[in-house]
Amino acid sequence: MIEIKDIHKSFGDNEVLKGISGKFEPGVTNLIIGGSGSGKTTLLKCMIGLHHPEQGSVMYDGREFTQLNTEERIEIRKEIGMLFQGSALFDSMTVEENIMFPLNMFTDQTRSEKLDRVNFCLDRVNLEGRNKLFPAELSGGMKKRVGIARAIAMNPKYLFCDEPNSGLDPKTSIVIDELIKEITEEYNTTTIVVTHDMNSVMGIGDHILFLHEGKKFWEGSNKEIAKTDVPELNDFVFASRFMKAAKDKL
Amino acid sequence: MNFTNFGRYILLLKAAFRKPEKWSIYLKAIFQQMNFIGLGSLGLISIISTFIGAVMTLQIAFQLVSDFIPKSIIGSVNRDSTILELSPTISAIVLAGKIGSAISSEIGTMRVTEQIDALEIMGINAPGYLILPKILAGITMVPILVIFSMVLSITGGYIGGTLSGAVTANEYIQGITTDFNPYTITVALVKAFVFGFIITSVPAYEGFYVKGGALEVAQASTRAVVISCISILACDYIVTQLLL
Repeated sequence: MIEIKDIHKSFGDNEVLKGISGKFEPGVTNLIIGGSGSGKTTLLKCMIGLHHPEQGSVMYDGREFTQLNTEERIEIRKEIGMLFQGSALFDSMTVEENIMFPLNMFTDQTRSEKLDRVNFCLDRVNLEGRNKLFPAELSGGMKKRVGIARAIAMNPKYLFCDEPNSGLDPKTSIVIDELIKEITEEYNTTTIVVTHDMNSVMGIGDHILFLHEGKKFWEGSNKEIAKTDVPELNDFVFASRFMKAAKDKL
Repeated sequence: MNFTNFGRYILLLKAAFRKPEKWSIYLKAIFQQMNFIGLGSLGLISIISTFIGAVMTLQIAFQLVSDFIPKSIIGSVNRDSTILELSPTISAIVLAGKIGSAISSEIGTMRVTEQIDALEIMGINAPGYLILPKILAGITMVPILVIFSMVLSITGGYIGGTLSGAVTANEYIQGITTDFNPYTITVALVKAFVFGFIITSVPAYEGFYVKGGALEVAQASTRAVVISCISILACDYIVTQLLL
């Protein structure tokens, strides 16, 4: 479980996060949603230590991440898998080398054991046989899937996904969403997905935290989100004509 | 590079020299970088050194027109200028352009495409993995390239001098073998070591802290080459002052 308490983060005079708290349970898909500039990616980066919050705490199963020294942070990071918005695959490495990279760095497995794990991960994201391709030879959706395969290579306890659907067509988005949900339930990972995609929200949002102007405005599930009377959330959820029409029909 | 940047540069180097997570992976990266810096630059250094040696011989011959000065002096002047200054400094400046821009743009692109963040999230010391192999390869391969450059430049001087008739083969060989002081080689290698460090670490710093996109990566690359060249010339003066 990951718990955040009263996270504050500013860039110069611009206070991006204004005291955000929340709990993210394992085995369910936790979503952080909000409009552009609401602070959701900044919150994610504070949680994984790429940004340092001025105030507040981030607890990984009782371990206070913001107070740890570099070595202790590295130990927690070995338990983290992350899918980046742009996939962040290493350009100079093949798909196989990308997925094998953390295994090479942190395990003493033999090459055949590592290869088995790579093939298992690729199979899990429906990319079997694509081992020798370079990232430049992959489509956007395939890159995301390789990103997921690399993220799960080390059997992470915590899985973070930053805008996993950005730049993807609706069909591929659903494939990625379902893959994240399956992995979360199968391995009981604490999964946190930052998104503004309403299909994801309605499809996999077991637990949702809505941010607006750096504050938490609402918390609940995808079953509750359509019934909320928080105006900021309604503006966000029903911004599209499709969602508005769907609401009017209800 | 102002004091803030210099402080960040030192902190980055400190992080780069932390104990590697796994030596075998770092060694592989070091050999890859040695191949890129050393073998990848050999052709360019060979061409430049040979021509500079040939041109130097012709220019020295042009300036030393006197019946009182033996022509063998052309060889010894060419030898000492090549070893002490031209080979280390010109090679370093050329390498700063070729290798420095490549290092800066490689690391800068990794920064803007979140590949460095990905390394850090995995628990890998990104400065160590990305920068240490480059620095170790630089301080190893640049001195070797400079030795090649010295040999080729002096050979180029021989070819240029004899083909043009500015000096005979015997006079040139007599010149390069007379009063040779091996200490000049030591000075040149110290310079090459320092330059190798600058050529790799300064562009790595510029690339590592890029913010933005393609334009900023290109600007960082340009800045890396300019700062490297100025640092090379400043360190050239300091090392020369200290050792000669």
